Amino acid sequence: MDETVAEYIRRTVLKIPRNEIKTILEKWGFLSEAQLQTLNFHQIKDNISQEVVHLCEENSAGIKQAAALDIIYNHIYQNKRMWSVYQMKKSGEEVEYFDITEFKKKFKGRLRSALKNVTITFKEYEDNAIWIRVAWGTPHKKPNQYKPSYVVYHSQTPYVFISASVLKSNLPLLCQALIVASNYHDIREMELRSHSLNSLKDIVFKRYSQNFPTYTRKPPQGGNVEPGNADIRIVQENRSEKERIHRLNQEAFGSGPQPKLEFAQYRLETMFKSDPKMDVLDKKEPFRCLVKFSSPHLLESLKSLAPAGMADAPLSPLLTCIPHKARNYFKIREKKGLLPEGFVSP
Amino acid sequence: HIATSLPLPSERDHLRPRIDLIVFMIDIKSKYSLKNVETSLAHVDASFFLGKVCFLVTGVGRVNACSIDTNAVCKLGETYCSPVLFCELELEGVRAATAQRLVRMLQISAGHIPGVSALSFVSLMRKSNDD
Repeated sequence: MDETVAEYIRRTVLKIPRNEIKTILEKWGFLSEAQLQTLNFHQIKDNISQEVVHLCEENSAGIKQAAALDIIYNHIYQNKRMWSVYQMKKSGEEVEYFDITEFKKKFKGRLRSALKNVTITFKEYEDNAIWIRVAWGTPHKKPNQYKPSYVVYHSQTPYVFISASVLKSNLPLLCQALIVASNYHDIREMELRSHSLNSLKDIVFKRYSQNFPTYTRKPPQGGNVEPGNADIRIVQENRSEKERIHRLNQEAFGSGPQPKLEFAQYRLETMFKSDPKMDVLDKKEPFRCLVKFSSPHLLESLKSLAPAGMADAPLSPLLTCIPHKARNYFKIREKKGLLPEGFVSP
Repeated sequence: HIATSLPLPSERDHLRPRIDLIVFMIDIKSKYSLKNVETSLAHVDASFFLGKVCFLVTGVGRVNACSIDTNAVCKLGETYCSPVLFCELELEGVRAATAQRLVRMLQISAGHIPGVSALSFVSLMRKSNDD
């Protein structure tokens, strides 16, 4: 077995937490039941990985099998990577039947015709997701297995989720191969990025609970704003205000769990508005400023701001529009007279 | 009655009994809390400041998270001639003791203790080295 393959398998196994190694090796299916029985999973990971490499040598593992193991690891620990969302556009309205074999052939063909040294691995999952792993090389060097790109494509949708490797120069080639293989004619990057792949899918597939605006006047309900208030001697003076905030929050965010995003970034290119007497900036050019909100769970924390009394309800639409507009990167320019808010550019 | 700020919503005016004691709660971890109390104080009738107002500073257990200078709060107490209590709501013992103190003050402010009136608080506020 190739030394580089052995080393790659060893390092991949080392990444896995010890109590998960057995399950992942079983999912991989490359080592037989009997071989797995011989492994001692209670020793230190260094030794476990050495034993696994030994067994792989017995089975003559190649780079294909090593790449398959890597895809499985990254599918389970997908939230360790940063994912970007791309949207593809069709030229016509024809609905073509999606053939997975055709897709794989065209994808491989396109990449290999441009770049000889690539490792391409596919894996399909039950939720119609096709995972593609691409390790990139150059005309003179073998592919670097430690910096692959991952693509997740749901064939029924025009969306592709890409976790690019550090080598950004291969991105155009990857995008080209995708549109050729899937019979689209254009692809563009959306301004939506997160670690949580499932949340990105929830946002673009509209799977989170949205609140649709109701135009009928509902009678004000004494809703369950403070469910734990069992003592009737305590009187909440601001009950109607609390209910108003709760209602506005429900309208803005819906009642279900929010998709998980880690940050929202607003790039301001607006003029600095100060008291004319202060005369802070006499140069009439845009004041460039970057505002970044970060949180382990940004949308849930935004949702809890008004009920916690930390912000006024309703929240700024720039914050609440994040799931509806499917973006968390914004560019805000000066309003051009007719528009009510700062102009949000695509 | 619990409110987030003053003035109280007018729609409940007819349901409200006589107010005997106003306790302004200031969270020492939040500058906004102090600001909110300062703005609300402007809505209190002057007669309340004769022993019917008290400041309760919470969260003093967490020394690292203090955002408000205790001097500022003490000064507030002096300006409005009202006592300032410090407590930590997360500790059950302190919570219970503070509640007992407040109930005692309320009994006096409501006139339930014969011989002691709310005005006594004002005189107890004067520090011995003031004279």
